[in-house]
Amino acid sequence: MTEATSIHASEHALKRLKKRHAKERRFKALGLLAIGLAVSALAWLLISIVGTGYKAFYQYDFTLEVEMTESILDPQQERDPDKLRKANYRRIIQNALYERFPDVTDRKAKRELFNIISSSGAPNHIRQMAYNNPDLVGQKLIITVPTSDDVDQLLKGNIDRNIDQSKRKVSDQQIAWVDELVKTKEIKAEFNTRFFTNPDSRDAELAGIASAFLGSLMTLFVTALLAIPVGIGAAIWLDEFAPRNKFVDFIEININNLAAVPSIIFGVLGLAIFINFFGLPRSIPIVGGLVLGLRALPTVIIATRASLMAVPQSIRDGALSIGASHVQAVFHHKLPHAGPGIMTGSIIAMAQALGETAPLLMIGMVAFLTEIPKSPTDPATVLPVQIFIWAGNSERAWVEKTSAAIMILLLVLIIINSMAIWLRNRLEKRW
Amino acid sequence: MTELKSTHPKIKFTCRDVRVAYSGKEALHGINMDIDDRGVTAFIGPSGCGKSSFLRVFNRMNDTIPGCTVSGEIKMDGDDIYAPDLDPVLLRARVGMVFQKPNPFPKSIYDNVAYGPRIHGLAANKSELDHIVETSLQKAGLWDEVKDRLKDTGTGLSGGQQQRLVIARTIAVSPEVILMDEPASALDPIATAKLEELIDELAQKYCIVIVTHSMAQAARISQRTAFFHMGNLVEYDVTSNIFTNPKDMRTQDYITGRTG
Repeated sequence: MTEATSIHASEHALKRLKKRHAKERRFKALGLLAIGLAVSALAWLLISIVGTGYKAFYQYDFTLEVEMTESILDPQQERDPDKLRKANYRRIIQNALYERFPDVTDRKAKRELFNIISSSGAPNHIRQMAYNNPDLVGQKLIITVPTSDDVDQLLKGNIDRNIDQSKRKVSDQQIAWVDELVKTKEIKAEFNTRFFTNPDSRDAELAGIASAFLGSLMTLFVTALLAIPVGIGAAIWLDEFAPRNKFVDFIEININNLAAVPSIIFGVLGLAIFINFFGLPRSIPIVGGLVLGLRALPTVIIATRASLMAVPQSIRDGALSIGASHVQAVFHHKLPHAGPGIMTGSIIAMAQALGETAPLLMIGMVAFLTEIPKSPTDPATVLPVQIFIWAGNSERAWVEKTSAAIMILLLVLIIINSMAIWLRNRLEKRW
Repeated sequence: MTELKSTHPKIKFTCRDVRVAYSGKEALHGINMDIDDRGVTAFIGPSGCGKSSFLRVFNRMNDTIPGCTVSGEIKMDGDDIYAPDLDPVLLRARVGMVFQKPNPFPKSIYDNVAYGPRIHGLAANKSELDHIVETSLQKAGLWDEVKDRLKDTGTGLSGGQQQRLVIARTIAVSPEVILMDEPASALDPIATAKLEELIDELAQKYCIVIVTHSMAQAARISQRTAFFHMGNLVEYDVTSNIFTNPKDMRTQDYITGRTG
């Protein structure tokens, strides 16, 4: 090649080439930067949540000997469970503590001593034991109950021992007792099963996610029951059977817009329709599920339509050309092949519904509940709302509870999403 | 192929002033045409001339295209196939269709062929169904190649085999007419030759209407050829006449390669 002939080897062309390469390098670097930002934001989020949340999975428990004094609990010696339930167990716990530290006599000191143990958790624990087995009255028992949330926080290192005691929640005297009990192994860290089995509580050391988790499950069940069949049905009709006219176009545009409507609007809608008009009770998973179902409908419809449209037209034509009816062509051929996509879309819609908070606030699923819901008609709350409630509490101990609840929610979401991916990869058909 | 020539007495389709429009835009401007029973009738013409639109009139596949309207009179064996009380589903059982791109269902070979008989209730039991599947595959010339793997998926076959599978699927519902829309355009020459051989055989028993881009193919397999141009039927005659002695200038230009 002589250098004069090729226009691609001229000085100008080489300069342009260099510029083009520089542009490409810049673009790649920007892309890398974007990914880096996204990944570090995610990492930051996870580290901060897991970093505080892991502490909620263990808790310092107090093992002590209590005497179920008959004269306090059952002076008439009836052993009637219903009367036993109303007895003064607080006194029993107090006595056990005074027994453990006999040299505490001062009233103020006695009160401080009682405050190292969960003030409602410990009495309730033995109350339940006595109710279940009245014969325990009069006996000596070894019980393991949670320490108060302040002691728990102290031992987890969240309270600074070095500042003046007036500025912290735990007094010097309490620290001395706790340290002694830790030394004798009477207070030690245990895996926190209460976090998984207890409902919400005013006391951080007793609060658990069981009621919110069950509430979420029931709500999601109702949501799926409404959104998936109705959404798939609507999508099939729109895609296959709807006449082409202005009205149907209008419906389609609105469904797409509905997916972008802020979720709290759906809460207002639910409040107006289900609670005010139909008179359903507030705070129940049925209403929550219906509201989230309406919220999920457009997502399911859009995902289903996208999967239906991805099925090659030739498959439908093939079925029609040998005399399958329209419905047969759709149900025998299009739907099975759109199935994995529809399933994935539905699961993603459910995952979204699981994380939804705002509309549920509107219909009263934000109530403070210490009962575990037994059916979708019992008042309940859901995981994200539980997180919202806990995040609003002021005590130090709620911080880790909140993070731990977020971890559980994220875990459930990750499981649901991996299920969707697994289904898609497994069932996806190629042609 | 000469014994089946246009001299065959029976007419399968009579078309009078057939017009096809897409969203009001007319693509076929009044076609008058008779199509013989048995034998192969080929539609040729440049892209966009309306030959595929016309083909889809015969099994009312145009009905499935939104905005597509068909007017005029199309009679099959003397009955109007666009009569309001005629069910297109039943019509399509009588008039099968093979498409440009092989479109077997992503199911087993067996299920592909058995699907039609199943939905039309043509087999009383499993052995009858087995029999229909076997004879259909034999007629399509595919039986020997697939008899040991009927459970394999139909989409795993080669292109030519897939197209013959689609033909077997069509034959399985015992149609009277088979429409073919450029059935060989996605196939290699060897598969095409096999397909043409098959079409030749099927022409003894069925009325076959084929749209093709290959004039050589039309010349090889058809008894009558219709040349379409810009939505009009320009010339329709015995195949040998069209290719050796075209009457219209446009036909002549097209078959000699000056246009199209």
